[in-house]
Amino acid sequence: MNRNGPVALGFHAAFTMFLIAPLAIVCLVAFTPGNLLGVPTLHFSARWFKALIDDPDFTQAFSNSLLLGALSATLAAMLGVPAALGLTRYRFAGRDAINSLLLSPLMIPPVVIGVALLQLFTRIGVSGSFLSLVLAHVMLVFPYCLRLIMASLVVTTRDAEHAAVSLGANAWTTFRRITLPALLPGIAAGWVLGFASSFDELTATIFIAAPTTITLPVRIYMSMTETVDPMVAAVATVIMAVTLGLMFVLDRLVGLDKVLMGKH
Amino acid sequence: MSASRPLPRPLRTAAARRGRPTGPFLVAPVTLLFALLLVLPMALVGMLSLQGFDASSGGVLDAYSWHNYAQIVADPYYHEIFLRTFGLAISVTLGTIVVGVPEAWFIFRMSARWRAFFLILTLGPLFISAVVRTLGWSILLDGQGVVAQMLVRLHLVDTPPQMLFSFPAVVVVLVHALVPLMVLSVWTSLQSIDPQIANAAVSLGAGPFTVWRRIVLPQTAPGILSGSLMVFALSASAFATPALIGGRRLKVVATAAYDEFLHSMNWPMGAAIAVCLLVLNLGIVALYGRVIERRLKRRLGEATS
Repeated sequence: MNRNGPVALGFHAAFTMFLIAPLAIVCLVAFTPGNLLGVPTLHFSARWFKALIDDPDFTQAFSNSLLLGALSATLAAMLGVPAALGLTRYRFAGRDAINSLLLSPLMIPPVVIGVALLQLFTRIGVSGSFLSLVLAHVMLVFPYCLRLIMASLVVTTRDAEHAAVSLGANAWTTFRRITLPALLPGIAAGWVLGFASSFDELTATIFIAAPTTITLPVRIYMSMTETVDPMVAAVATVIMAVTLGLMFVLDRLVGLDKVLMGKH
Repeated sequence: MSASRPLPRPLRTAAARRGRPTGPFLVAPVTLLFALLLVLPMALVGMLSLQGFDASSGGVLDAYSWHNYAQIVADPYYHEIFLRTFGLAISVTLGTIVVGVPEAWFIFRMSARWRAFFLILTLGPLFISAVVRTLGWSILLDGQGVVAQMLVRLHLVDTPPQMLFSFPAVVVVLVHALVPLMVLSVWTSLQSIDPQIANAAVSLGAGPFTVWRRIVLPQTAPGILSGSLMVFALSASAFATPALIGGRRLKVVATAAYDEFLHSMNWPMGAAIAVCLLVLNLGIVALYGRVIERRLKRRLGEATS
């Protein structure tokens, strides 16, 4: 097929700028030496990153977000492996319904999930606790984990498992020595995508986070409703750096195109 | 447990033969978690939406009625919120079509290496947190911001305009957030086009625009449709962008539910709004499922994953 003409390339350049500009401006502003939001022209400074480290609010939110992401992704992966095996290898009454239920957090508006969880946690009296946040995030990131694990399960053949069984291995040995190693890339990718989704989640978390359990995105949201100073841009830059790092890892693990095609 | 039966396979695993960990057993833990964290609270929200609210004491009343829904249907205040949300979702959907459909085609025509690069560049922002994107736009669109300064310097306007807290600003920011999904959706259907048909059209004397309009566009229509439904559903339930870019004046359904819960403390009303949002959203998702199903049926026999 023929190449793109000048009009197409012009459109493409404008589109790329439109896409990149708001992300680039955040990074630029984060390095401003001044006190106001502005684009640094001659001098760059890391003072707002230093201010960030000295701010207990933000370091607390950062460690909350890291811990929350790690715990919820780990739990989701641990629940996801048996669920993926059960859903792909067995047929039973209600299988399709359970499959839809487990993927439904992708389709329900996060505001509705936030409202529902706030009410539940208030009723049983665990509102604002870190545990309630972990449970909520396990559910929110579970669909991403499940999809990637299931995807890697579908492409593996069962010949090695059958061979192991015929050589006398029991179910647990077969799972531990054959099935699990074959699934590891999928599990790792599911973990990373789960961590990234938890690390970025805002809307549902706003409803259920308390001041002590606040996450980084919620923290930025709160500061943006008041005043925006360059420190917020520095926090956003940190979030972006973490996300880009995770994307790179995902790309190495399974290829980013596969993750994206399965994301929605 | 007795209802479960493993798939008939030439050789069953030892586990299946002994009938130990079978399907229901394996999905049970996470299903239990979802029952407690999703099904139960959703039912509670449904019940709460039927309850009354005593504004003077700030308490939830135990009487059940359709009062909250009747108020949403009757009160012009809620009409405005729902109509604004609908208008926003339509505008964002049209915006992503206008920008995303040509862009997907241009990327598709690039050489393999550039194609992979720009596809990742276009889809990458999907991973970036909504707050980060929103912050970037609020810096760009602010009255003292970069875009305003540029417009003044180019003598297009005399005084720097405040572009934040307006409906068009919310549309632009949501188009920015969701256009990757449109590109992705159109991209998927572009891949199934036979390049020979376009080549035949070119050899018969068609210009590039005619090829795009007569050959490519009709074949990507299903991709545009499914992309539109996805973008519509996501922009109708968007929260952070309307809240931060639109400001308090431009309330949409999602921010209205938030305000009822965390500012007015009228939980039953907030629950009723949330239920309306959920029902509308699930309706669109169901429609989306039917579109996808039809696409899959048309490609019967091909590998679909």
